[in-house]
Amino acid sequence: MESENMTQNGGKFSRRDVLAGLASIPVFGFLGYGLVKHFTERKRKNVQLLDDIDSIIPKGVPPIVQGETIRIGIVGCGGRGRYLMKAMGFLHPDRIDQFKEWAGNDKYWKEYLEEFNAQDDLNVKITAICDVFEKNARRGAETAANLYRNGTGGQMAEVPKRYLTYQELVAAPDVDAVIIATPDHLHVPVALEAVKYGKHVYCEKPLSWTVPETFEIRRAVKDAGIVFQLGHQGRQTESYQIAKSLIKKEVIGKISLIEVCTNRNDPNGAWVYDIDPEASEKTIDWKQFIGPAPWHDFSLERFFRWRCWWDYSTGLSGDLFTHEYDALNQILDLGIPHSAMASGGIYFYKDGRTVPDVLNMAFEYPDRDLTLLYSATLASERNRGKVIMGHDANIELDETLLVVADPKSTRYKEKIEQGIIEPHKPIFSYVPGQDKVDAITTPTEKYFAGRGLLYTYRDGKTFDTSHLHLREWLNCIRLNNGAQPSCDIDQGFEEAITAHMGTISYLEGRRTYWDAVNEKIV
Amino acid sequence: MDYSNGKLTALVLLRLAIGWHFFYEGMVKVLTPSWTSKAYLLDSGGFAKPFFEWIAQNPTLLSINDVVNAWVLSLVGFFLLLGFKVRPAALAGMILLGLYYLSHPAWPGIEYLFPSDGSYFVINKTLIELAAMLVIFAFPTAHIIGLERLICKPRKKN
Repeated sequence: MESENMTQNGGKFSRRDVLAGLASIPVFGFLGYGLVKHFTERKRKNVQLLDDIDSIIPKGVPPIVQGETIRIGIVGCGGRGRYLMKAMGFLHPDRIDQFKEWAGNDKYWKEYLEEFNAQDDLNVKITAICDVFEKNARRGAETAANLYRNGTGGQMAEVPKRYLTYQELVAAPDVDAVIIATPDHLHVPVALEAVKYGKHVYCEKPLSWTVPETFEIRRAVKDAGIVFQLGHQGRQTESYQIAKSLIKKEVIGKISLIEVCTNRNDPNGAWVYDIDPEASEKTIDWKQFIGPAPWHDFSLERFFRWRCWWDYSTGLSGDLFTHEYDALNQILDLGIPHSAMASGGIYFYKDGRTVPDVLNMAFEYPDRDLTLLYSATLASERNRGKVIMGHDANIELDETLLVVADPKSTRYKEKIEQGIIEPHKPIFSYVPGQDKVDAITTPTEKYFAGRGLLYTYRDGKTFDTSHLHLREWLNCIRLNNGAQPSCDIDQGFEEAITAHMGTISYLEGRRTYWDAVNEKIV
Repeated sequence: MDYSNGKLTALVLLRLAIGWHFFYEGMVKVLTPSWTSKAYLLDSGGFAKPFFEWIAQNPTLLSINDVVNAWVLSLVGFFLLLGFKVRPAALAGMILLGLYYLSHPAWPGIEYLFPSDGSYFVINKTLIELAAMLVIFAFPTAHIIGLERLICKPRKKN
């Protein structure tokens, strides 16, 4: 029994020793086989999936064009106006104090401040402020003076001049460009006045409140040759740009239906904003607020919750659908639809508002063989997402992007049969901050991508889309070569007309059509 | 330590099973260059959450963590399977499992994005594997079945 063919340390091993000592070696054979099989399968899926996809991923952030400091006037220093100021690097000193205090024990605010401080200097100066509410104007001016991003007591720059009317502001010689963040009914009046003085314009969405003024502002902007940007910051969203390139590569096949939605379920989301205790007839220039709207006696509710009345608002169609529409117009160059059909009502917020809180709209594009469907409710958060349905796959779109193959796809038929593609499960994902589109091959990736949760934290360098959108506008102004930003007046025109078609359809209870030859809604 | 055949078989099977699990988990990660623990770390819960998030959000730490994790898993598995340096390997394995547990403890009230494959209260599979690793540490078998039998065999009198 004893074998003497192996020795160590002078000892002798029996055959039993050798067998017992090396008993587990065959296990490595099995494991090796398992690993080889795992990786060949993974490689096969990866290679074959990625063969079909070659998306163009935007690279980095465009540099800031060098040039003189641009002097900006801001009309409207409410919530949105203040947000845009922040996107340019201006926060009120006492807000900074507050954020610093919160940052002490809340990571969210710590990162919020870090992100704000890391934001590039856009080389702008806010020289003029206008708001019909005294408090907004005062705080707006204090914010605009905070050029160095300090807290209270820190160094401040010159306080901008407060103008009582937008007419005076746009005429001021030390204003090169105007940002409009007023209620909807004042967008075009302010923009027209600014354009008259040759001032560049960044206007919040939607472009217009009425149909005639949509034509008027388009003509005026084109004639003046100013740089115009409509405030759809979604133009800067990476996933939309990826979706565009995927669709161009025919990854999802022929598109027949697109579904978009608005889902909100709280008073703030339904535009029932707080009423500021400082607000009164004495501190608000009510006449100027009314502007082109039908006269109504002073009302704090109407002033702060203006989005609830057609008198100042464009309702769900102009206010929220336009975000969805502009994303799709960017991705698919949809243009103005052939027809629109809308229905809905005031079903939840019976608070005296005139705009509906539930709205469904169907837009037909017969020349593209597709329908764009919008549904909205301000009383449920059930998210139906943005889904672009193609014959071969669909795209679920948010800040993240998912491509899911269709089981009956012609293009992917073979791959589905070979088991390379599993229908109903995501085959590609894109998550902001990642530098590539992935073929999804592991259970974890599938799980995360399916929920759009991979790297969901504010991690690495994230950018505020409004910052990028303003930056693009300022870059075009400095280039001064006729270049227009991504959401220019033509894109804005298409956005506004489409939204108006939906609104008219809702209000008149009929289908509306776009007469493209005569440029008329009929 | 004297083991009956039955005890020995049970202990060796346990060692091989855990070794198998560790080795395969580790090698798949080692051989997947794009693999990262980032999402897992960001999904941490419990009192150590900030620590794991801190690792995930620091690119240098994260890449060190990924490499160390993949290789420690592989090597622990390798040594357990081979039956060599089993006790240090089991100790390293226990530390790793302890960290996994700390990042995703099965304590009531903590929810994770990662799907759980069962319902747990305090004790989950990670903790059970840790306990099993302790058994391997306490009852060594590598000197009977394993490479240690050949390498560390005491001198025999002729």
